[in-house]
Amino acid sequence: MSVPCLEISNLSATLANGVRVLRSVSLTVEPGVVTALVGESGAGKSMIGKAVLGVLPPSVKIVEGHIALEGIDLGDLKSKARRVLVGERAALIPQDPLTALNPSRRIGPQMTDRLVHILGWAGDKADRRVRQLLDEVQIRDPDRVMQSYPHELSGGMRQRVLIAAAFAAKPRLIVADEPTTALDVTVQKQILRLIAELQKEHGTAILFVTHDLGVVAKISQNVSVLYAGKVVEQADTPSLFASPQHAYTRALMAATPRYTDPLASLKPVDETVLAGLASEIAAADRDWVAP
Amino acid sequence: MILQRFFIRLFTMAITLLGVSVVVFVIIRVAPGNPIAMMLPPGATDADIERLRALYGLDKSILQQYGIWLSGVLQGDFGTSISLRQDVLGLVLNRLPATLELSIVALLIALAIGGPLAVIGAREQGTGVEAGIDVANGAALSIPDFLWGLALILLFGVLWPIFEISGRVSPRLDLPFATQFYLFESILRLRFDLTKDLISHMFIPALALALPLAAIISQLLKLSLKEVMTLDYVVLARVKGFSETQVILREALKNAALPALTLIGVQFTFLIGGTVIIERLFSYEGLGNMAIDAVINRDLPLIQGIVLVFALLFVTINLIVDMTYALLNPRLRHG
Amino acid sequence: MAEPRAVTRRGDARLWLAGGWLLLALLAAIFAPWIAPQDPLAQDLMFERLPPFWMQGSEPGFWLGTDSLGRDLLSRLIYGGRVAFIVAFAAASAACIVGSALGLIAGYFGGWPDRIVSRIVDVWMAFPPVLFAILLVAVFGTGLTSVIIAIAIIDWTRFCRVIRAEAMSQARMDYVENARIAGFGRIGIMLREVLPNVAPAIIALLSLEMGIAVIVEAILSFVNLSISTDDPTWGGIIAEGRLSIHQAWWVLVFPLITLFLTVLSFSQFGEGLKNRFDPVMR
Repeated sequence: MSVPCLEISNLSATLANGVRVLRSVSLTVEPGVVTALVGESGAGKSMIGKAVLGVLPPSVKIVEGHIALEGIDLGDLKSKARRVLVGERAALIPQDPLTALNPSRRIGPQMTDRLVHILGWAGDKADRRVRQLLDEVQIRDPDRVMQSYPHELSGGMRQRVLIAAAFAAKPRLIVADEPTTALDVTVQKQILRLIAELQKEHGTAILFVTHDLGVVAKISQNVSVLYAGKVVEQADTPSLFASPQHAYTRALMAATPRYTDPLASLKPVDETVLAGLASEIAAADRDWVAP
Repeated sequence: MILQRFFIRLFTMAITLLGVSVVVFVIIRVAPGNPIAMMLPPGATDADIERLRALYGLDKSILQQYGIWLSGVLQGDFGTSISLRQDVLGLVLNRLPATLELSIVALLIALAIGGPLAVIGAREQGTGVEAGIDVANGAALSIPDFLWGLALILLFGVLWPIFEISGRVSPRLDLPFATQFYLFESILRLRFDLTKDLISHMFIPALALALPLAAIISQLLKLSLKEVMTLDYVVLARVKGFSETQVILREALKNAALPALTLIGVQFTFLIGGTVIIERLFSYEGLGNMAIDAVINRDLPLIQGIVLVFALLFVTINLIVDMTYALLNPRLRHG
Repeated sequence: MAEPRAVTRRGDARLWLAGGWLLLALLAAIFAPWIAPQDPLAQDLMFERLPPFWMQGSEPGFWLGTDSLGRDLLSRLIYGGRVAFIVAFAAASAACIVGSALGLIAGYFGGWPDRIVSRIVDVWMAFPPVLFAILLVAVFGTGLTSVIIAIAIIDWTRFCRVIRAEAMSQARMDYVENARIAGFGRIGIMLREVLPNVAPAIIALLSLEMGIAVIVEAILSFVNLSISTDDPTWGGIIAEGRLSIHQAWWVLVFPLITLFLTVLSFSQFGEGLKNRFDPVMR
């Protein structure tokens, strides 16, 4: 079997006051596969993406576990080597396209700077590559866009730019951190389709962070369901939807809006399910000794 | 849009200057001292005094005096100094370059200290390094330039005398200068021996002026940087593989500097205001030193002229800062 | 939670240290005639430029040495505190009352009161403050009252600008809206709802301004334009010290240390009080 693109094993993280925010998380992303990470807000799903990319907020500390990118344990590397390795092999599609572009720099240099400064490409080669990607995300006028400042583009345009930039350096792994949440519903679909198309074409593995089971069903091959920093269920997407094993997963599905039965989506997660989860978390914490 | 903003600012500037001229005109004419009496030798007759009063226009009503003075100013005539008996404009222009050089050197020192401290503090946030920078900022901010000046005189003038603490340039030197911008001209003429002498005189007073501003720059810029550094585009830059210092310098600094710029501009005018007492302290022959002499000698035309030049300097700096802000802000530039 | 408590403790230490020094200096100034070891005005040419007590050539009773006229430095510093504290309290209070009132009105009411006040502040900001103070004292004539009035006139804008901005942001808050809906008048709301919320800012500024007033008085004394009697002032001692810096450094060093501590204490005391009384921080 090949080396997994991303392998997280037994990852725990705490806040400064010792509260655990990630509880022994293990998950694997195989090359070229989209793995979704689903959970409610505050479940720690974005935290996992940030831990992989090395951009956790200073208040969060990783206390145990390993993250390996294509077989290389990131914990073994010095900070500079780690930074460069992540820069070469991984990329991020951020949540909010409105704040993810530097307002005082033109789009072009923002897209090429990783190619030129981290990967050492020649300027014109980077330029051609970015143009090609802009074409792939169906931006008709790449010259104008590259000359623009971010505020001159719409939210959907900016997200296309960010997707193009993420794929430009041919990364093995992309972390997509709720890339459609901040967009209008109509734009969401286009963006999602775009990510799926580019993923297939480039064969990139994606760790897709979302709270939306509808999105999970559309884009991913595997799913991990997260609650309070703990993975409660892992499965391939079809079998998860066909036969969810964990009560929480079932409750989450019941809470997802369906046009056919709008009232069903108003069901909150059941009390007994929550109580069960709480005792599960408590049991996990009891067995866990801070390293 | 920027042009429109410029003209609105120009208009308020003119109103402010008019206000300054009225206030200073009224204040100095409330003064009980009789400047004319001080100019004449003892035993001068009342007729002599009256003649001189008429010569300086002091026998007319305040309103008339103001009208005459204002129309003169608008034609570039600021009157004649009573104590020095020279053209006020000439005197002021002769001293202004010394004060400008001092202020600009102080600003450069403040930027050179405050900027790097802000970047280091933002990079090391949450550590002892940042706490240390905060404490230093707090102390430098609470202590005004006057006290820094005195402390630096003791330090570098007495304990470890490596700088000059009095005057602008060593008196024995031949000065081949065509303008009063000695420092800038000495650099342009490649007379670095003179540059060294000028800097040796200027460094301590400039440092005294710079320290509070350096603390403000460091504090404001650090705050602004920390705010910007939580934004997604900075996180994205980290993911791209740039180091924390590169991230700050390439992505965060420009956007963080913009909001800090306006406040720093106002603080720079405070720094220029501080030159008045600092020049006195270091016997530096600039505008501020001359201003204090003018007040002590009750030299009305000279006081008016100097205050107006300071006010003009302040509002011009604010205008420049405001326009720079507008030009650097892409949203305003294209909006 | 460990962190906020640590912050409070550090803030408290700052408050106590600064308050302690200010109280000490204030008591020394009030009880100067009983505390000062010598007459601050007594000249004695036999004892001119005596060094402080730990150095060769010092005389008992002249703890910090003497100046070029043989006057006791410690006694002059203790008496100098009287002028400093009177000016600090009187000038800062006057500036505070005028500036806060105008700032509150401008910020809360907006409209033309705001426009007028802002224009005046603009004009004031275009004056170099030290030159303005010197000019005013020259016009009013030297003396304690002139110094106090001059400082109040130049520095009310500091209060006005800060309080205006605070009042402006407070005026937009929902609780002001609610009070209006409940039927309170505008001035009633300003005094009852807005003023208490800007009070911590006023207190901090007031303390800061006292330190600044001490400095401005010292600067005025330094250019020989302050109270113009023989009474010792910190600025006057500094002016003497500057002249004899190479012969008797202590005449400059001790008043300088006094001023450093006093100014630093006023600003830290204000910050400490603000953190303590800020309803949000508390």
